[in-house]
Amino acid sequence: MTNAKGRFGVYGGQYIPETLMNAVIELEAAYETFKDDPTFNAELDKLFNEYAGRPSRLYFAKRMTEDLGGAKIYLKREDLNHTGAHKINNVLGQALLAKKMGKTRLIAETGAGQHGVATATAAALMDMECVIFMGEEDTRRQALNVYRMKLLGAEVIAVKTGTATLKDAVSETFREWTRRIADTHYCLGSVMGPHPFPTIVRDFQAVISKEIKSQILDREGRLPDVVIACVGGGSNAMGSFWHFIDDKQVQLIGCEAAGRGIDTFETAATISTGRQGIFHGMKSYFCQDEFGGIAPVYSISAGLDYPGIGPEHAHLHDTGRAEYVPITDAEAVAAFEYLSRTEGIIPAIESAHAVAHAVKIAPTMPKDKIIVITISGRGDKDCASVAKYRGVKLDE
Amino acid sequence: MSRIEKAFASGKAFIPFITCGDPDLMTTAACVREMVKNGASLIELGIPFSDPTAEGVVIQNANLRALGGGTTTDKVFDLVRDLRRDVKVPLVFMTYANVVFGYGAEKFISTCAAIGIDGLILPDLPFEEKDEFLPICRAHGVDLISMIAPTSENRIAMIAREAEGFLYVVSSLGVTGTRSKIVTDLAPIIKVVRENTDIPCAIGFGISTPEQAKDMSRLADGVIIGSAIIKLLERHGRAAPKFIGEYTRAITDAIA
Repeated sequence: MTNAKGRFGVYGGQYIPETLMNAVIELEAAYETFKDDPTFNAELDKLFNEYAGRPSRLYFAKRMTEDLGGAKIYLKREDLNHTGAHKINNVLGQALLAKKMGKTRLIAETGAGQHGVATATAAALMDMECVIFMGEEDTRRQALNVYRMKLLGAEVIAVKTGTATLKDAVSETFREWTRRIADTHYCLGSVMGPHPFPTIVRDFQAVISKEIKSQILDREGRLPDVVIACVGGGSNAMGSFWHFIDDKQVQLIGCEAAGRGIDTFETAATISTGRQGIFHGMKSYFCQDEFGGIAPVYSISAGLDYPGIGPEHAHLHDTGRAEYVPITDAEAVAAFEYLSRTEGIIPAIESAHAVAHAVKIAPTMPKDKIIVITISGRGDKDCASVAKYRGVKLDE
Repeated sequence: MSRIEKAFASGKAFIPFITCGDPDLMTTAACVREMVKNGASLIELGIPFSDPTAEGVVIQNANLRALGGGTTTDKVFDLVRDLRRDVKVPLVFMTYANVVFGYGAEKFISTCAAIGIDGLILPDLPFEEKDEFLPICRAHGVDLISMIAPTSENRIAMIAREAEGFLYVVSSLGVTGTRSKIVTDLAPIIKVVRENTDIPCAIGFGISTPEQAKDMSRLADGVIIGSAIIKLLERHGRAAPKFIGEYTRAITDAIA
């Protein structure tokens, strides 16, 4: 029997170098101490409410609902959080925890830059040193976020190894953690990596589904029929699903980045094209070759451009409790434009993957059904890459 | 006595590491034979992996060169079959959990046993997760090598007690790569190891010069060197075997 710690079915675990084992054991012990501590939770609630701007709105998308002509659509507006995405929920929790552990330095990986910006923000707020690792390719795609991180006082290191994208940034942050552990907390940005990260990140993001539940009960007097969120590592989806997992009547759908399509090599749809593997500290699904080499992945979205998925999602997939569907670049870009024009809300290109699936299924559902889409972030950062995708030249 | 035990029975052991297929498998074979000729006691063969998270930039690049040249696990198995026609020293594979898991653990480990691989080092498989492969390794008589790090502290005794083959003591924080100085106080770590096991222990990470090797060999039963050898391959490419032979001799003389 393998390590039972941090398992979701057969998935999860702690597949990391011995050098890091005491660090994750120390983190787990600290989390166990503080997670039910009233003072810690009061401090975190205060940060959520007064700093991050929680609770985020649950908005009835009336025009989108009318236009699609089927189920009622609500948008969970994580894009309205401070720093513009759900990432701040997890980061405030982990930074506060790290502070309690006596750590003075935060390191983190980032793909689209949203997690890096959130981590740099929390570090500035809590007077901690901050180093962000970002794939060199992503520093080009998301140059504005690089500037934001630096403005917030973080050092940004462009990772040139491998494919120079999110997976390489994660590898390099793990390497940095093995170099310097005593004063440093790795503020992992998704429900992935070795135990206890998938659990900690899920718990801090679970505020999303906690709020959705009470907001929809207030508005509609009942639970939604479908909750949809995009999935890279899967933190906004895990947060959106968590408080509905025992409500079996609520259908949970994660939208993976299919890139140019799941029948091409240019895809990042892990559940659709990957298989079981062990990487980045966890057993889960990974895009890989026949010899276990991690496959290069592609998506227009730097935040979903990752060859794996959080272990709890792998388990939810295997048990059938959640469903995972691939959404192509073309569908995501169309949804990005659709939500902008229909509701005046520019979603992150990541979140646009979730919007795209709602656009497909809402018209097939009766008008008394309810869909909640988590808009995980705002899309300002993506305007340049979508313009480029459409062949529009932007002047500086 | 197993081949690994024998390797440590006649004095301090030198364990060189090489990434298979860097720049090609013929060069790897020639390097291994040069190492054996010049006194290497046991050889660590790296199976290249796309994302070697425990490696510094030198061995990362060797992995990329090897994969770029078309090296696969099956071709590495063929290399070992060829080496075993004349190479008698123990050979252990050093790779990552997904290389074993992705190939199929049973198929991978039974092939290891069949072609004469003595042990398996997986830096991303800590004590808590070793049961992922240990029962299969035991069934086929392949030693699953355990690692101890400068941060292991209260875990050293637990790891040492269940260690098999030899113990890999990581000299320094961080990833593989040469270091001008090894700052970890290793003596207390080795002391706890000794109190808990009789199996040999070898120190690796950061060692490059004969002087460092000599210092480390005073503390342990053997020294492991990787990045310094890969640097010779980086510099000399297909002409590297001769230089690696000379380097191996310099190290084995220093620790003799």
